[in-house]
Amino acid sequence: MPNLLSFALFVATWWIASLLTGEAKLPAPPAVLTVVIAEARSGALFFNLGVTLARVALAFTLAMTLGAAIGYLMGRVRLANRLGDPWLILLLNLPALVVIVLAYIWAGLTEVAAIAAIAVNKLPTAVVTLREGARALDAALDEMAAVFAVPRWRTFRHVILPQLAPYIAAAARSGLSLVWKIVLVAELLGRPNGVGFEIGVAFHLFDIPLLLAYSLSFAAVVLVIETLLVQPFEARVSRWRPRAA
Amino acid sequence: MRLEVDIAGKTFKSAAGGQHDVLAGINFALGAGEVGVFVGPSGCGKSTMLRIIAGLDPDYQGRVSRPAGARIGMVFQEPRLLPWRSVEENVRLAAPRADEAKLSALFAILELNAHRSHFPGELSLGLARRVALARAFAVEPDFLILDEPLASLDDALAARLRDQIAVLVDSRTVTTLLVTHNTDDAVRLGDRVFLLSPRPARFLADLSIRTSRSARGEAEIAAIKADIARRTNGDLTERDAS
Repeated sequence: MPNLLSFALFVATWWIASLLTGEAKLPAPPAVLTVVIAEARSGALFFNLGVTLARVALAFTLAMTLGAAIGYLMGRVRLANRLGDPWLILLLNLPALVVIVLAYIWAGLTEVAAIAAIAVNKLPTAVVTLREGARALDAALDEMAAVFAVPRWRTFRHVILPQLAPYIAAAARSGLSLVWKIVLVAELLGRPNGVGFEIGVAFHLFDIPLLLAYSLSFAAVVLVIETLLVQPFEARVSRWRPRAA
Repeated sequence: MRLEVDIAGKTFKSAAGGQHDVLAGINFALGAGEVGVFVGPSGCGKSTMLRIIAGLDPDYQGRVSRPAGARIGMVFQEPRLLPWRSVEENVRLAAPRADEAKLSALFAILELNAHRSHFPGELSLGLARRVALARAFAVEPDFLILDEPLASLDDALAARLRDQIAVLVDSRTVTTLLVTHNTDDAVRLGDRVFLLSPRPARFLADLSIRTSRSARGEAEIAAIKADIARRTNGDLTERDAS
């Protein structure tokens, strides 16, 4: 119920602002809804959303897998941490735009370049979060597993992974929001389709209803994924805690 | 399964750079099925000794020999259960091959049947201790290592749990090491009692108790306790929080 109220408040504010500034700068909700419906009918909306989602999924999976593995290694092995740390600091502070532009220059305006650039942007934050998780692992439980000769894979699955789960959830949460933002920039600069490309077109044509139609559809998809995938996952991994945060 | 231990020395380097001797000379052998109890003041290095014998700490001078492939069951000072797994899953993680009948019998002895599906966070310390005991016995160990399994429990509960340990130890041939600073527990559970000095720990005495656990009378127990008190000049205390 509070969610619905919050949504109504958003639409109302938008409508009032549109009345005050004029349709030319901020079209009213019905005008944007008309464009959304038209784009949906033609199939363009779903195609572009789908393409963007596919890029997000690929880049996110790549960055999370690699980042988790590297972060775990750096948290567990001191030498790996020493070797990796300067790279990590460099990557953490490298602007997303630089990575995207360089990727397009070196690898051409290709799908691989776009996905790699997005993944590289997200990678270091996943590494940092998982490294903290690996550092916080309980040595007492490691000893328990060692004394009882629990095989390595079972130890990883039942002892290590549940301790890392909150860190993985945190990295996924912050990583997803970062990827949502960067994917549009990558599409704007060098892809012939996707939400970012359409927003670029709308910007060049000054087609504000189209721009808002894509932005809001995209935001809606993000919200749905957050509530249907990310939050249930977080709730599941922390269900053993007496009171979940 | 015979256990031979000869630890010549063990030193810790403190964060400040100093060196601390923890163990000075620990030398004993336990035959199959014997229960050796180690009694010493708090902080004398008993837990360190157990960690070395369990193979968790390779950094010491000396030698520990136990048969290759021997199964170890250990109860740490804290229960060390996985908080994200239920009681039964915790036990099964250590003992994946334990069959249902044996687990039921074990849970029945330790009065844990009602708590199988609970998470450790929902248990009292006494219950969590019993789950740790169940886990150690479920692996059907050749060596059982118990590090103050009764510490910080009230007297009545400790006595009950001690009797349960005695039942389990007598139910099969398991070479047992038990560390405590409570002489009562030592005399009621041990076949042999090793008295340890304050840090760095070395043996003060090695007493053998010939009467079987169930046949020991109160008079005999009191006599052995008096003997221990005399040998340690009253350094050992009654049960307290550690």
